[in-house]
Amino acid sequence: MMETLPATVLSATALAIGYQHGDSTRCIASGLDLALQAGEFVCLLGPNGTGKSTLIRSLSGMQAPLSGVIRIAGCEFHRIPPRQRARLVSVVLTETLPPGMMDAYTMVALGRHPYSGWFGSLGTADHARIEWALAAVGAGELARRQIAELSDGERQKISIARALAQEANVMLLDEPTAYLDLPRRVELMRILRDLAHSQGLALLLSTHDLDLALRFADRLWVLNHTGGLIQGYPEAIAMSGQFARVFESENLDWDPTTGSFRAHPAPCLRVKVTGDGVPALWTRRALERLGFGLTREAQHAVCCIRITSAGEWHITRRGSSHICPDITRMIEWFQTQNWSEDG
Amino acid sequence: MDSQRSVQTRVTLVLLLSAGGIIALAALSAGMGSVPLPMSEVVKTLTGSTEVDPVLRQIILDFRLPRILTALLAGAALGTAGLLMQTVFRNPLADPFVLGVNSGASLGVAIVLLALAPAGISLTAGLGTSGQLLVILASSAGAGATLFIVLLLSRRVDVMSVLIIGLMISYTIGALVSILMFFSMAERLQSFINWSFGDYGNVSWTHLRLFAPAVLSGLLLSSMFVKPLDALLLGDTYAQSVGTRVRQSRCLILIAASLLAGAVTGFCGPIGFLGIAAPHLSRYLCRSSSHRVLIPASICIGALISLASDFVARGPGLDVVLPLNAITALVGAPVIIAALMKQRNMQGLFR
Repeated sequence: MMETLPATVLSATALAIGYQHGDSTRCIASGLDLALQAGEFVCLLGPNGTGKSTLIRSLSGMQAPLSGVIRIAGCEFHRIPPRQRARLVSVVLTETLPPGMMDAYTMVALGRHPYSGWFGSLGTADHARIEWALAAVGAGELARRQIAELSDGERQKISIARALAQEANVMLLDEPTAYLDLPRRVELMRILRDLAHSQGLALLLSTHDLDLALRFADRLWVLNHTGGLIQGYPEAIAMSGQFARVFESENLDWDPTTGSFRAHPAPCLRVKVTGDGVPALWTRRALERLGFGLTREAQHAVCCIRITSAGEWHITRRGSSHICPDITRMIEWFQTQNWSEDG
Repeated sequence: MDSQRSVQTRVTLVLLLSAGGIIALAALSAGMGSVPLPMSEVVKTLTGSTEVDPVLRQIILDFRLPRILTALLAGAALGTAGLLMQTVFRNPLADPFVLGVNSGASLGVAIVLLALAPAGISLTAGLGTSGQLLVILASSAGAGATLFIVLLLSRRVDVMSVLIIGLMISYTIGALVSILMFFSMAERLQSFINWSFGDYGNVSWTHLRLFAPAVLSGLLLSSMFVKPLDALLLGDTYAQSVGTRVRQSRCLILIAASLLAGAVTGFCGPIGFLGIAAPHLSRYLCRSSSHRVLIPASICIGALISLASDFVARGPGLDVVLPLNAITALVGAPVIIAALMKQRNMQGLFR
């Protein structure tokens, strides 16, 4: 089955997305040309309000595009009847899930609707697919638990298993990691990426989590405020400085040297740090968090920190020096100093 | 799957027990009442035996049997309509009357009893047969008109707004009814109040010829939407994503619910709480959220509660008929409170 499909499973040409209420039209993004290949994990990024959710909703057929054509498996999307469409595209949304008396298995079984008959009876193959989907997201043991009793992370896994049970080649996920803690987010991203690769799924996931997207995505789509879309490999986008342009209005500073955003824009006080390894890394992180910039030149620095091989922090400021036995003391020292005259 | 088999067993047990309860209660209802009849006479009458006292025979066949059938049909209809409403509105307290069925029907009846009667259209005292039919027509027309307006408006807005629109229309109509009542004479008011108590006793065989097909077709229509109903539990967008035609299904489900609730209100008056209590009991007893299970369970449990309430309302051994609405509220409200206390929150209650 897989070999006969064209590599591009979902594509859009000259797509304009937005909302239409009566006569008034609000276009959020336009002129989008995009393609999703089988077996690739694409992350969709962009500041709030650039239309990540709108794009996901439009690509999944829940919202009509303002103009342009979406093709799935070669057919024009809006010509495909709903049931057939459900066999081609599955979605995972941040919507509130069914309350109360539904167990995880029943919920995942709803993913079999596009295949079952009038009364939704399930056959052996259906049950096998449901079991597989639960196992694929590592939620096999949750099958008989009530949805209401699950944690956010577990519920999100069940939601993904439900989409998997739909056996569609395309899965669109709208911020599935939004309410999860960091370990859960990493776990989920890993599960999704591996599923895309092993099952040949075309997987598009919108997220605010730039760091994880850079680490896991095969490709990135970045929506910007002008309604355009930047596509490319994560590293290529990171190096090109396009993040900086996309997110600049957000009052954020993209730092290509660390691959992350600076916590404070344009630091004016700089510190020189000498030392190696883990202590030096976390010292730099701590300084950045406290609002200091880093420099290599002692004359630009308001103070210098030298981490000794004995594991002590030697701080020199205006000729006087101070020794901290650990990073906690160092941070406390920085917080108790008066930096207002150094600016 | 083992646990699925256990659910199956559970459901079968619930259905069998409620069916048994219905048969037992029906037999009791046929035998007891203002005139207690021996069970042997009841059996003889029903089996078509000729050696039964013709008076007893008439009591059973023309009064008690239609009443029992009406109670069963009304209970099944309200239980199912309540289930449909709760799923479509994703709200545990939605019942058929949130769409204004109740208030629409009461406006129709109020117009007939309070406004038209003084204007010359006289009803025979204590509501005779012709007056009865007029009341049924008025309440059906009122319920139908209100539902039509709500459904018409509902096409333009989302589900929660439909719920609120239904409530607001109910309040508006309730206000109109109050104004009518304010300007009415005491005896007119009394007949209106009697109607609002709810009663299965007004439905004769002639009425059943219309009432039964209306209810049965409503139930049939509902049973055709098992899959969309299950999908709608996930919300509109998810339902759509698994291939459900959401708008179309929702509209037809609401029409089915309106038909069921409208028919009951038209023929029996406003009967509260059955529509909330029966689906909740079904979910609780069957431990399921699947409509393939919940529709038959709500039909059986609704019919059972309805018959039991009517049995109590007729006060066996007493010479009075208590307001049916009061009895269903006395049965229904504690069920809902108990379910809430057990689940500790609304989310758990809606299962």
